[in-house]
Amino acid sequence: MSESEADPLIEAHRLYRLYGRGEALVRALDGVDLSIHDGEFVAIMGSSGSGKSTCMNILGCLDTPTSGSYRFKGVEVASLSRDQLALLRRHYIGFVFQSFNLLPRTTALENVELPLVYLGLPTRRRRTLAYAALEQVGLADRFRHTPGELSGGQQQRVAIARALVTRPAVLLADEPTGNLDTHTSHQIMETLSELNAQGLTIVMVTHELEVARFAQRGLQFRDGRLVRDAPVEEWVA
Amino acid sequence: MILWTATRIALGAIRRNLVRSLLTALGIVIGVASVIAMVQLGESASRSVTQQIASLGPNLLTVHPGVDRRGPGGVRSEATPFDVADASALETIPGIVVAPVTLSRATLVVGNANYTTSVAGSTEVYFPARGLDIARGRSFDAGELASGAAVCIVGQTIVEELFPSADALGASLRVGRTPCRVIGVLAEKGELFGRDQDDLVVMPIRAVQRRVAGNTDVNTIFISVTTADSSSEVQRAISDVLRRRRGRVGEEDDFYVRDMQEISKALRGTTATLTLFLGAIAAVSLVVGGIGIMNIMLVSVTERTREIGIRLAIGARAREVMLQFLVEAVVLSTLGGACGIALGVGGSVLAARALDLPLVVSPAVIALAFCFSAAIGVLFGFVPARRAALLDPIEALRRE
Repeated sequence: MSESEADPLIEAHRLYRLYGRGEALVRALDGVDLSIHDGEFVAIMGSSGSGKSTCMNILGCLDTPTSGSYRFKGVEVASLSRDQLALLRRHYIGFVFQSFNLLPRTTALENVELPLVYLGLPTRRRRTLAYAALEQVGLADRFRHTPGELSGGQQQRVAIARALVTRPAVLLADEPTGNLDTHTSHQIMETLSELNAQGLTIVMVTHELEVARFAQRGLQFRDGRLVRDAPVEEWVA
Repeated sequence: MILWTATRIALGAIRRNLVRSLLTALGIVIGVASVIAMVQLGESASRSVTQQIASLGPNLLTVHPGVDRRGPGGVRSEATPFDVADASALETIPGIVVAPVTLSRATLVVGNANYTTSVAGSTEVYFPARGLDIARGRSFDAGELASGAAVCIVGQTIVEELFPSADALGASLRVGRTPCRVIGVLAEKGELFGRDQDDLVVMPIRAVQRRVAGNTDVNTIFISVTTADSSSEVQRAISDVLRRRRGRVGEEDDFYVRDMQEISKALRGTTATLTLFLGAIAAVSLVVGGIGIMNIMLVSVTERTREIGIRLAIGARAREVMLQFLVEAVVLSTLGGACGIALGVGGSVLAARALDLPLVVSPAVIALAFCFSAAIGVLFGFVPARRAALLDPIEALRRE
């Protein structure tokens, strides 16, 4: 059975997300259809205000669409409560942010442990898993350091380890290289590529073609609509 | 998320903002400490009053001639004193022991030393009724009482004043012009309401009447209630007997009965009210401390909006975020409470020692103060915790 024939991990149908009303009505998402399968590495592109961040928030179950259907692992998300969304995020979704979003004055290991706390794992098991995740991103030797003692690239690696540690169904990265220099960006993207090669589904928002090249499939948003959905090689040409 | 994990997270957050947390907890520390100190000192004072009054004698009633006018500007009118026959008549009331007392003042002389003090004339019943113990020697015997022999029993102050080096027991002294032999020495009693209770000479009542006072008056009758009957009934019986004997039936009494237990009760009531007031004032400071916690927790929630956003994004439910901040507030307030208890107990130990009061450490008050400080954490932590829990994760993550 090929991938496209299996049930998609993410399936959105006629997604609308509206803000405000009347004159001030903003159509952040204006009828988006998309599906993403297990193992894909997707880059979502578009200028600011194109709706790519809104789309990312809905895919990450941080937000729910105004109307339309969003199925995650076959479950209709649009109708879930706030707490049910939280449980979905806890078990199936890992986030990586542009500004890293690590807890300050907290060691790398403790930061990575954080999602496991909410999974209710015992301390020793948390330690082991968190250390393994840091090893996976090549930062095992820095597990005792706090974010203030780490470079931007290292902080983003800790953030990736934190997203990985629960073995999520999908890793959502919002401009993961936005705060990093070119060289470090390259390294981070290579890490993400490796993880994808190991089978991790990744959806990434970026506005840099250079970064998007690491993905296999590109989605372009403009004014709340999905205007292009094609393999990234075709974009570069 | 189990409570223990929440507590560990809370302790971590407190450690990261140590100075601020300590200052916040200080409000609770002071509140709890003052509540405990006030209540315990109040209890101590109350117990001290009770003990002092009990030391006057068990179930003591005193009967005085005159009209009792208590209150401001009260004047004790002159009235006919009692006599020994009045006391004998009272002895017919069952369940009481009666000691007529004739009080006078006299100068005691031993060699070159002299000392002026009060001389009480009474019977052997006087000592148990007033709760006085004869430490050495003996009490009056029947013959001495009947004849009004020149013997006396002296208090410790007299011993110190007149017999600094010699043994008082068996010695002679002059009471006024009467030579008198010391047959007993009273055990030390200390002060009561600023009056030295050891500054006292007791002689047989007839001896005082004849040799010192020069009349047959009885100034006071001490009555010790020996049965468990209510003292008000005994009081009524006493009044009946005396009214008849003094021909005051149907008129205003020209004597009055004082009940030490009533006085004790009244004083205890006063100190209890005072304790309540002091405790209430201290409780206000506890509430102020709680508001301090709420204030800091609100600041903390605002400051840590992004942290809350991160926690929400990785799957914390509203109730877990709420629990985290609630536990933090409670940890803060109970830490403050524990320190406050230590400070309050320590303070009341020192104060009790300084004021010479009996120390009362009340576990109930301590437990209550601890629970109260925890409750304050819950109460004042609730609003900030709720605010944290209801944050929108997207908004929270965007906040700088």
